[in-house]
Amino acid sequence: MENLRHMMNPLDFSVEELESLFDLAGEIEKDMEGYSHKCDGKILATCFYEPSTRTRLSFETAMLRLGGKCIGFADASNSSAAKGESVADTIRVISCFADICAMRHPKEGAPMVAASRSSIPVINAGDGGHQHPTQTLTDLLTIRSLYGKLSNFTIGLCGDLKFGRTVHSLINALSRYEGIRFIFISPKELRVPDYITEMLRQKGIQYEEVIKLEEIMPQLDFLYMTRVQKERFFNEEDYIRLRNFYILDKEKMALAKEKMFILHPLPRVNEISVELDDDPRAAYFKQVQYGLYVRMALILTLLNIK
Amino acid sequence: MLNIGKIEEGFVLDHIKAGKSMQIYRHLGLDNMDSTVAIIKNAKSKAMGKKDILKVECDINSLDLDVLAFIDHNITVNVIKDGEIIEKRSLVLPREITGVIKCHNPRCISSIEQELPQIFYLADEEKEIYRCRYCDEKYSESDIM
Repeated sequence: MENLRHMMNPLDFSVEELESLFDLAGEIEKDMEGYSHKCDGKILATCFYEPSTRTRLSFETAMLRLGGKCIGFADASNSSAAKGESVADTIRVISCFADICAMRHPKEGAPMVAASRSSIPVINAGDGGHQHPTQTLTDLLTIRSLYGKLSNFTIGLCGDLKFGRTVHSLINALSRYEGIRFIFISPKELRVPDYITEMLRQKGIQYEEVIKLEEIMPQLDFLYMTRVQKERFFNEEDYIRLRNFYILDKEKMALAKEKMFILHPLPRVNEISVELDDDPRAAYFKQVQYGLYVRMALILTLLNIK
Repeated sequence: MLNIGKIEEGFVLDHIKAGKSMQIYRHLGLDNMDSTVAIIKNAKSKAMGKKDILKVECDINSLDLDVLAFIDHNITVNVIKDGEIIEKRSLVLPREITGVIKCHNPRCISSIEQELPQIFYLADEEKEIYRCRYCDEKYSESDIM
C-alpha cells in the first residue's frame, strides 16, 4: 500500500491532520448512514493479547458500522502467541488476511514492532502502561465537540496522575494547543511525573498542582477524573485520609461552573458518584460515543478511503 | 611510560575515562576488524589522574565514532593521516543508538521479542537523555551493554 501510515501515538499526527480527522468524525456523527458502506469488502483484524472488552468492541463496531468485517482474537491464549510466535511474525501473517489491524498488547512497544513489519496499517489499541492513542483521540474529540474548539480552557486532571497513561497522553496532546491551563489534583504520592511538568515549563504552559478538588472546582471548564487505587498508596492511613477527596459527588459539583464537563476514560469504580450520571455535565458516556466516531474516522483515514 | 609506535592512518582516542577503553573497543566493533589496535589503560594524566587511550590503525572512513559521544563526550578524537594529526574531531550526540543500551523495562517488548535490535533515541539533547524506541523508558548508566 502506498503511503502506509499507522497510529502509534497521538503525536504521530500533526495538529492539522488531527483537525481533519476530527472533522471527519464530526461528519460521521451527523450522517452515520452515509458512511455505512465506505469499508465494504474490507477486514479489520483485532489482535488483543490481553482482554479489553470496551476498546475491542469499539473498534469492531467502528468497522461494522463502516460496512467492513472483523476477524481477530480477544486473548493471547487463543492466539499463536501461546505457541511462542513473535509479534513480528504474527503481523506478517495477519497482513495476508486483513486490510487494517488494531493491536493491544501487554508489552510496551509491541504494536510499534508490528507496524515496522506490517504491510497494512496498524493501530495501537493500548500497549501496557505506555500509550493508548485512540483513548486520547477520543478525549480530544469529546472536548472539541463539547467546547467547540481545542484551545483556551482550563482542565483539571484528578486522581492517579502518576501511573495513568491516559492522563500523560492527554497532557502531551493538549500541550500542542493554545491557551490551555492545567490543574493537577492528586495526593503527593500520585503527582504527575516530573518529565511532564518539565515539558510544560519548557513550553511556557501554565499549570498548578493542588491536593483538594474543592479548591479549584470553580475554575474548571473540564474535569478529567481517574481512579485512585488503594494499592498505589504507601500506607493505608494516607489512603483513608485522601480517598474521599477524589470522589466526585453532588456537593462538589455544586461548586463547579454550569458548563463544566466531567470526563472519565472508564471503567469507573466509585470515583464519580452515580447520582451525577443524569447531570447534563456528565460527559463520560458521551465520550464512549465519540470514541466510536473517532475510530471510524481513523480507520477511513488510515485506509485512505475518502 | 609505555611506548607505542606512531600510526600512519587511523585514530587516537585520548582522555578516555580510566577503565572505559574495553567498552569502547567493543562498541566500535574493533573486535571484528582486522586492524592494529593499542589499548593503553590507566595512563598517567595531569588533568584526569588516570586515563585510557586507544590507538587504532585503520582507514579513517571505516569507523563510526558517533557512539563515543554517548559513552563519554570528553573523549578527544585525533584523526591521523600520513602520520600527522589532521583533525581533532568534536563529538556529537547521535540521534539514535543501536545495540549499545539494553532496555531494563521488564514490560518492554524488547524483553521478549527475538532478535529485536535495542534502539534508543535522543529525547533531550541538553540533558543527554536517551529513551527506548519501543517503550520510551529512560536509560540509566547500568543499562549500557
